[in-house]
Amino acid sequence: MSRQTPRVSVEGRKFSSEVFALTYGALVAQLLKDYENDDDVNKQLDKMGYSMGVRMIEDFLARNNIGRCHDFRDTADIIAKNGFKTFLGITPNVTNWSTDGKEFSLILDNNPLTEFVELPENHSSLSFSNILCGALRGALEMVQMEVEVWFVQDSLKGDDTTEIRLKFIKKLEDALPDGED
Amino acid sequence: MESKSASIQRKSTNILEKPLSKGRGEINLSTFAFLFSELVQYCQNRSSSVVDLQQKLASLGHHVGTRILDALYLRERGSKRELRLLQALIFVKTTVWKSCFGREADKLELSNDDEKTYYIIENESLVNKFIFVPKDKGSLNCAAFSGGIIEAVLNGLNFPCNVTVHWHKGTTYMIKFEESVLMREKSLESR
Repeated sequence: MSRQTPRVSVEGRKFSSEVFALTYGALVAQLLKDYENDDDVNKQLDKMGYSMGVRMIEDFLARNNIGRCHDFRDTADIIAKNGFKTFLGITPNVTNWSTDGKEFSLILDNNPLTEFVELPENHSSLSFSNILCGALRGALEMVQMEVEVWFVQDSLKGDDTTEIRLKFIKKLEDALPDGED
Repeated sequence: MESKSASIQRKSTNILEKPLSKGRGEINLSTFAFLFSELVQYCQNRSSSVVDLQQKLASLGHHVGTRILDALYLRERGSKRELRLLQALIFVKTTVWKSCFGREADKLELSNDDEKTYYIIENESLVNKFIFVPKDKGSLNCAAFSGGIIEAVLNGLNFPCNVTVHWHKGTTYMIKFEESVLMREKSLESR
Protein backbone atom coordinates (compact mmCIF):
# COMPACT_ATOMS: atom_id res chain seq x y z
CA MET A 1 0.00 0.00 0.00
CA SER A 2 2.98 2.21 0.02
CA ARG A 3 2.58 5.28 -2.09
CA GLN A 4 4.75 5.51 -5.11
CA THR A 5 7.85 7.48 -4.43
CA PRO A 6 7.49 10.82 -6.12
CA ARG A 7 9.58 11.17 -9.19
CA VAL A 8 12.65 13.25 -8.69
CA SER A 9 11.69 16.46 -10.32
CA VAL A 10 13.63 19.58 -10.92
CA GLU A 11 10.55 21.33 -12.16
CA GLY A 12 10.44 24.77 -10.70
CA ARG A 13 13.81 24.43 -9.06
CA LYS A 14 15.47 27.78 -9.21
CA PHE A 15 19.02 28.95 -8.97
CA SER A 16 20.40 32.34 -8.02
CA SER A 17 20.88 34.38 -11.15
CA GLU A 18 23.76 36.24 -9.52
CA VAL A 19 25.77 33.12 -8.87
CA PHE A 20 24.91 31.92 -12.35
CA ALA A 21 26.21 35.16 -13.83
CA LEU A 22 29.37 34.97 -11.75
CA THR A 23 29.94 31.35 -12.72
CA TYR A 24 29.61 32.27 -16.36
CA GLY A 25 31.98 35.16 -15.77
CA ALA A 26 34.48 32.77 -14.20
CA LEU A 27 34.28 30.63 -17.32
CA VAL A 28 34.83 33.54 -19.71
CA ALA A 29 37.70 34.84 -17.60
CA GLN A 30 39.30 31.40 -17.67
CA LEU A 31 38.90 31.15 -21.45
CA LEU A 32 40.52 34.53 -21.86
CA LYS A 33 43.50 33.22 -19.93
CA ASP A 34 43.65 29.98 -21.91
CA TYR A 35 43.24 31.35 -25.43
CA GLU A 36 45.34 33.83 -27.30
CA ASN A 37 42.71 36.09 -28.73
CA ASP A 38 39.11 37.14 -28.40
CA ASP A 39 38.01 35.39 -31.57
CA ASP A 40 39.12 32.02 -30.27
CA VAL A 41 37.25 32.67 -27.04
CA ASN A 42 34.13 33.55 -29.02
CA LYS A 43 34.47 30.29 -30.92
CA GLN A 44 34.93 28.27 -27.76
CA LEU A 45 31.89 29.91 -26.14
CA ASP A 46 29.86 29.15 -29.22
CA LYS A 47 30.99 25.54 -29.11
CA MET A 48 30.05 25.17 -25.46
CA GLY A 49 26.71 26.83 -26.12
CA TYR A 50 26.11 24.42 -28.96
CA SER A 51 26.64 21.38 -26.81
CA MET A 52 24.39 22.88 -24.14
CA GLY A 53 21.70 23.67 -26.72
CA VAL A 54 21.72 20.17 -28.12
CA ARG A 55 20.80 18.86 -24.69
CA MET A 56 18.62 21.72 -23.55
CA ILE A 57 16.10 21.25 -26.34
CA GLU A 58 15.23 17.84 -24.97
CA ASP A 59 14.75 19.22 -21.50
CA PHE A 60 12.66 21.99 -23.01
CA LEU A 61 10.39 19.74 -25.07
CA ALA A 62 9.91 17.40 -22.13
CA ARG A 63 8.64 20.17 -19.89
CA ASN A 64 6.67 22.27 -22.28
CA ASN A 65 3.78 20.90 -24.19
CA ILE A 66 4.67 22.35 -27.54
CA GLY A 67 3.76 20.97 -30.92
CA ARG A 68 5.42 21.40 -34.24
CA CYS A 69 6.04 24.91 -35.51
CA HIS A 70 4.30 25.78 -38.77
CA ASP A 71 6.80 28.32 -39.92
CA PHE A 72 9.86 30.25 -38.81
CA ARG A 73 7.66 32.91 -37.23
CA ASP A 74 6.19 30.29 -34.95
CA THR A 75 9.68 29.18 -34.07
CA ALA A 76 10.72 32.72 -33.26
CA ASP A 77 7.79 33.15 -30.89
CA ILE A 78 8.45 29.89 -29.11
CA ILE A 79 12.13 30.73 -28.70
CA ALA A 80 11.35 34.08 -27.15
CA LYS A 81 8.23 33.35 -25.12
CA ASN A 82 9.03 29.82 -24.04
CA GLY A 83 12.68 29.04 -24.59
CA PHE A 84 14.24 32.12 -23.07
CA LYS A 85 11.49 32.26 -20.47
CA THR A 86 12.11 28.69 -19.32
CA PHE A 87 15.85 28.87 -19.08
CA LEU A 88 16.73 32.46 -18.34
CA GLY A 89 13.47 33.92 -17.10
CA ILE A 90 13.38 36.68 -19.68
CA THR A 91 11.25 37.26 -22.75
CA PRO A 92 13.10 38.97 -25.57
CA ASN A 93 11.17 40.87 -28.24
CA VAL A 94 11.02 39.40 -31.70
CA THR A 95 11.47 42.10 -34.35
CA ASN A 96 13.23 43.20 -37.50
CA TRP A 97 11.93 40.48 -39.75
CA SER A 98 13.52 40.32 -43.16
CA THR A 99 11.04 40.52 -46.03
CA ASP A 100 11.48 36.87 -46.94
CA GLY A 101 10.68 35.86 -43.37
CA LYS A 102 13.94 34.01 -42.92
CA GLU A 103 15.72 36.35 -40.57
CA PHE A 104 14.71 38.02 -37.34
CA SER A 105 16.19 39.64 -34.28
CA LEU A 106 15.76 38.98 -30.60
CA ILE A 107 16.03 42.11 -28.48
CA LEU A 108 17.10 41.44 -24.91
CA ASP A 109 16.22 44.21 -22.51
CA ASN A 110 18.23 42.62 -19.81
CA ASN A 111 20.73 39.87 -20.16
CA PRO A 112 21.21 37.75 -17.02
CA LEU A 113 24.70 36.77 -18.16
CA THR A 114 26.04 40.28 -18.01
CA GLU A 115 25.02 41.33 -14.53
CA PHE A 116 28.19 42.72 -12.87
CA VAL A 117 30.05 42.72 -16.19
CA GLU A 118 32.06 45.48 -17.73
CA LEU A 119 34.25 44.77 -20.73
CA PRO A 120 37.82 45.97 -20.47
CA GLU A 121 38.86 48.18 -23.37
CA ASN A 122 41.36 45.70 -24.74
CA HIS A 123 38.70 43.08 -25.35
CA SER A 124 36.58 44.99 -27.80
CA SER A 125 36.08 42.04 -30.13
CA LEU A 126 34.99 39.67 -27.36
CA SER A 127 31.40 38.60 -27.75
CA PHE A 128 30.80 38.02 -24.06
CA SER A 129 27.44 36.30 -24.30
CA ASN A 130 28.32 34.23 -27.36
CA ILE A 131 27.26 31.09 -25.56
CA LEU A 132 23.66 32.13 -26.30
CA CYS A 133 24.30 31.97 -30.04
CA GLY A 134 25.73 28.48 -29.73
CA ALA A 135 22.84 27.32 -27.56
CA LEU A 136 20.26 28.57 -30.07
CA ARG A 137 22.10 26.96 -32.95
CA GLY A 138 22.43 23.63 -31.14
CA ALA A 139 18.84 23.54 -29.97
CA LEU A 140 17.42 24.37 -33.39
CA GLU A 141 19.63 21.84 -35.11
CA MET A 142 18.04 19.14 -33.00
CA VAL A 143 14.65 20.10 -34.40
CA GLN A 144 15.97 19.96 -37.96
CA MET A 145 16.69 23.60 -38.53
CA GLU A 146 20.05 24.88 -39.53
CA VAL A 147 20.46 28.49 -38.50
CA GLU A 148 23.12 31.11 -38.24
CA VAL A 149 23.16 33.14 -35.05
CA TRP A 150 25.19 36.22 -34.21
CA PHE A 151 25.21 39.36 -32.10
CA VAL A 152 24.31 42.55 -33.93
CA GLN A 153 24.36 44.83 -30.93
CA ASP A 154 25.46 44.35 -27.35
CA SER A 155 24.73 46.80 -24.58
CA LEU A 156 27.98 45.66 -22.95
CA LYS A 157 29.76 47.37 -25.81
CA GLY A 158 27.84 50.58 -25.36
CA ASP A 159 25.07 49.83 -27.85
CA ASP A 160 21.56 50.87 -26.92
CA THR A 161 20.23 47.34 -26.75
CA THR A 162 21.32 43.77 -27.05
CA GLU A 163 20.27 42.24 -30.33
CA ILE A 164 20.76 38.66 -31.46
CA ARG A 165 20.12 37.89 -35.11
CA LEU A 166 18.88 34.50 -36.31
CA LYS A 167 18.97 33.46 -39.93
CA PHE A 168 17.27 30.36 -41.25
CA ILE A 169 19.60 28.46 -43.58
CA LYS A 170 17.82 25.23 -44.39
CA LYS A 171 15.69 22.46 -43.11
CA LEU A 172 17.75 19.44 -42.20
CA GLU A 173 16.34 16.20 -43.48
CA ASP A 174 15.83 13.49 -40.93
CA ALA A 175 18.81 11.27 -41.02
CA LEU A 176 17.10 7.93 -40.99
CA PRO A 177 19.10 4.79 -40.44
CA ASP A 178 19.74 2.60 -43.48
CA GLY A 179 16.89 0.38 -44.46
CA GLU A 180 14.19 2.70 -43.13
CA ASP A 181 11.97 4.51 -45.49
CA MET B 1 43.46 60.62 -26.64
CA GLU B 2 40.58 61.10 -28.98
CA SER B 3 39.61 57.49 -28.98
CA LYS B 4 39.71 57.41 -25.21
CA SER B 5 37.30 60.26 -24.76
CA ALA B 6 35.04 58.68 -27.36
CA SER B 7 34.95 55.45 -25.46
CA ILE B 8 34.15 57.20 -22.22
CA GLN B 9 31.23 58.91 -23.89
CA ARG B 10 30.10 55.63 -25.30
CA LYS B 11 29.78 54.01 -21.92
CA SER B 12 26.94 56.07 -20.63
CA THR B 13 26.43 54.11 -17.43
CA ASN B 14 29.39 52.96 -15.46
CA ILE B 15 28.71 49.65 -13.78
CA LEU B 16 29.50 51.08 -10.35
CA GLU B 17 26.86 53.72 -10.76
CA LYS B 18 24.13 51.18 -11.27
CA PRO B 19 22.27 50.19 -8.12
CA LEU B 20 23.14 46.76 -6.72
CA SER B 21 20.35 44.30 -7.37
CA LYS B 22 18.44 42.87 -4.44
CA GLY B 23 19.85 39.47 -5.27
CA ARG B 24 16.51 37.78 -5.66
CA GLY B 25 16.86 37.17 -9.37
CA GLU B 26 16.41 33.56 -10.28
CA ILE B 27 16.96 31.37 -13.26
CA ASN B 28 16.14 27.79 -14.02
CA LEU B 29 18.30 25.30 -12.15
CA SER B 30 18.77 23.25 -15.33
CA THR B 31 20.38 26.20 -17.06
CA PHE B 32 23.00 26.26 -14.34
CA ALA B 33 23.36 22.49 -14.47
CA PHE B 34 24.03 22.59 -18.22
CA LEU B 35 26.54 25.39 -17.83
CA PHE B 36 28.27 23.66 -14.95
CA SER B 37 28.52 20.49 -16.97
CA GLU B 38 30.31 22.41 -19.74
CA LEU B 39 32.62 23.89 -17.13
CA VAL B 40 33.52 20.47 -15.80
CA GLN B 41 34.09 19.06 -19.29
CA TYR B 42 36.26 21.99 -20.26
CA CYS B 43 38.38 21.63 -17.13
CA GLN B 44 38.57 17.89 -17.57
CA ASN B 45 39.90 18.20 -21.10
CA ARG B 46 42.69 20.34 -19.78
CA SER B 47 43.56 18.29 -16.72
CA SER B 48 45.85 15.36 -16.39
CA SER B 49 44.47 14.06 -13.12
CA VAL B 50 41.50 14.21 -10.78
CA VAL B 51 43.45 16.45 -8.42
CA ASP B 52 44.25 18.79 -11.26
CA LEU B 53 40.62 18.90 -12.36
CA GLN B 54 39.45 19.67 -8.83
CA GLN B 55 41.99 22.45 -8.57
CA LYS B 56 40.70 24.00 -11.77
CA LEU B 57 37.12 23.82 -10.52
CA ALA B 58 38.20 25.34 -7.22
CA SER B 59 39.85 28.23 -8.98
CA LEU B 60 36.63 28.94 -10.88
CA GLY B 61 34.82 28.80 -7.54
CA HIS B 62 37.34 31.30 -6.23
CA HIS B 63 36.36 33.74 -8.93
CA VAL B 64 32.72 33.45 -7.85
CA GLY B 65 33.48 33.53 -4.11
CA THR B 66 35.49 36.75 -4.07
CA ARG B 67 32.75 38.52 -5.98
CA ILE B 68 29.73 37.18 -4.15
CA LEU B 69 31.40 38.21 -0.89
CA ASP B 70 31.44 41.84 -2.02
CA ALA B 71 27.82 41.75 -3.06
CA LEU B 72 26.71 40.06 0.17
CA TYR B 73 28.60 42.44 2.40
CA LEU B 74 27.15 45.49 0.79
CA ARG B 75 23.67 44.10 0.70
CA GLU B 76 23.13 41.86 3.69
CA ARG B 77 25.51 43.10 6.30
CA GLY B 78 25.63 46.81 5.75
CA SER B 79 29.38 46.46 5.15
CA LYS B 80 29.98 45.26 8.71
CA ARG B 81 32.85 42.83 8.88
CA GLU B 82 33.01 39.60 10.83
CA LEU B 83 35.86 39.53 13.35
CA ARG B 84 35.42 36.22 15.08
CA LEU B 85 36.17 32.90 13.51
CA LEU B 86 32.98 31.16 14.47
CA GLN B 87 30.85 34.03 13.22
CA ALA B 88 32.68 33.98 9.90
CA LEU B 89 32.06 30.24 9.56
CA ILE B 90 28.40 30.65 10.41
CA PHE B 91 28.22 33.41 7.83
CA VAL B 92 29.49 30.93 5.22
CA LYS B 93 27.20 28.14 6.34
CA THR B 94 24.09 30.31 6.38
CA THR B 95 24.20 33.54 4.38
CA VAL B 96 26.66 32.53 1.69
CA TRP B 97 25.17 29.09 1.17
CA LYS B 98 21.64 30.42 1.11
CA SER B 99 22.37 32.99 -1.50
CA CYS B 100 24.45 30.63 -3.61
CA PHE B 101 22.49 27.42 -3.35
CA GLY B 102 19.11 28.40 -1.95
CA ARG B 103 19.52 26.77 1.44
CA GLU B 104 21.91 26.54 4.35
CA ALA B 105 24.65 23.96 4.47
CA ASP B 106 23.69 21.04 6.72
CA LYS B 107 26.37 21.04 9.38
CA LEU B 108 29.31 22.91 10.77
CA GLU B 109 31.70 20.94 12.94
CA LEU B 110 35.00 21.44 14.72
CA SER B 111 37.55 18.70 14.35
CA ASN B 112 38.06 16.59 17.50
CA ASP B 113 41.80 16.59 17.36
CA ASP B 114 42.77 19.82 15.63
CA GLU B 115 41.47 23.22 16.61
CA LYS B 116 42.53 24.69 13.28
CA THR B 117 40.27 22.38 11.31
CA TYR B 118 36.56 22.82 10.75
CA TYR B 119 34.12 20.93 8.58
CA ILE B 120 31.14 22.16 6.65
CA ILE B 121 28.97 19.25 5.63
CA GLU B 122 26.44 19.13 2.87
CA ASN B 123 24.37 15.97 2.51
CA GLU B 124 23.47 16.59 -1.07
CA SER B 125 25.49 19.16 -2.90
CA LEU B 126 23.54 21.03 -5.53
CA VAL B 127 26.42 21.10 -7.98
CA ASN B 128 26.77 17.32 -7.74
CA LYS B 129 23.11 16.67 -8.23
CA PHE B 130 23.36 16.18 -11.97
CA ILE B 131 26.81 14.69 -12.11
CA PHE B 132 27.52 11.05 -12.46
CA VAL B 133 31.06 10.21 -11.43
CA PRO B 134 32.58 7.44 -13.54
CA LYS B 135 34.08 4.51 -11.66
CA ASP B 136 37.64 5.20 -12.70
CA LYS B 137 37.38 8.68 -11.21
CA GLY B 138 35.78 7.60 -7.96
CA SER B 139 37.41 10.25 -5.85
CA LEU B 140 36.31 13.13 -8.07
CA ASN B 141 34.00 15.54 -6.33
CA CYS B 142 32.88 18.48 -8.43
CA ALA B 143 31.86 20.28 -5.26
CA ALA B 144 35.49 21.41 -5.39
CA PHE B 145 33.84 24.37 -7.08
CA SER B 146 31.86 25.19 -3.91
CA GLY B 147 35.02 24.54 -1.91
CA GLY B 148 36.64 27.29 -3.95
CA ILE B 149 33.79 29.62 -3.03
CA ILE B 150 34.27 28.88 0.70
CA GLU B 151 38.00 29.42 0.48
CA ALA B 152 37.65 32.70 -1.36
CA VAL B 153 35.01 34.02 1.04
CA LEU B 154 37.04 33.15 4.15
CA ASN B 155 40.25 34.49 2.67
CA GLY B 156 38.40 37.63 1.67
CA LEU B 157 37.26 38.03 5.27
CA ASN B 158 40.89 37.72 6.30
CA PHE B 159 40.68 34.23 7.73
CA PRO B 160 43.34 32.62 5.55
CA CYS B 161 42.64 28.93 5.08
CA ASN B 162 42.85 25.99 2.78
CA VAL B 163 39.73 24.08 1.78
CA THR B 164 39.65 20.50 0.54
CA VAL B 165 36.65 18.47 -0.52
CA HIS B 166 35.87 14.92 0.54
CA TRP B 167 33.16 12.35 0.03
CA HIS B 168 32.02 11.84 3.58
CA LYS B 169 28.40 12.05 4.81
CA GLY B 170 27.65 13.54 1.42
CA THR B 171 30.21 16.19 0.76
CA THR B 172 32.49 17.42 3.51
CA TYR B 173 34.50 20.57 3.08
CA MET B 174 37.56 20.44 5.27
CA ILE B 175 38.70 23.92 6.22
CA LYS B 176 42.19 24.23 7.65
CA PHE B 177 42.98 27.68 8.99
CA GLU B 178 46.43 29.15 9.23
CA GLU B 179 48.07 29.46 12.62
CA SER B 180 47.72 33.25 12.53
CA VAL B 181 43.93 32.97 12.59
CA LEU B 182 44.00 30.99 15.82
CA MET B 183 46.47 33.38 17.40
CA ARG B 184 44.32 36.37 16.59
CA GLU B 185 41.29 34.52 17.89
CA LYS B 186 43.04 33.90 21.24
CA SER B 187 44.12 37.48 21.60
CA LEU B 188 40.53 38.59 20.99
CA GLU B 189 39.33 36.16 23.64
CA SER B 190 41.67 37.47 26.27
CA ARG B 191 40.41 41.00 25.85
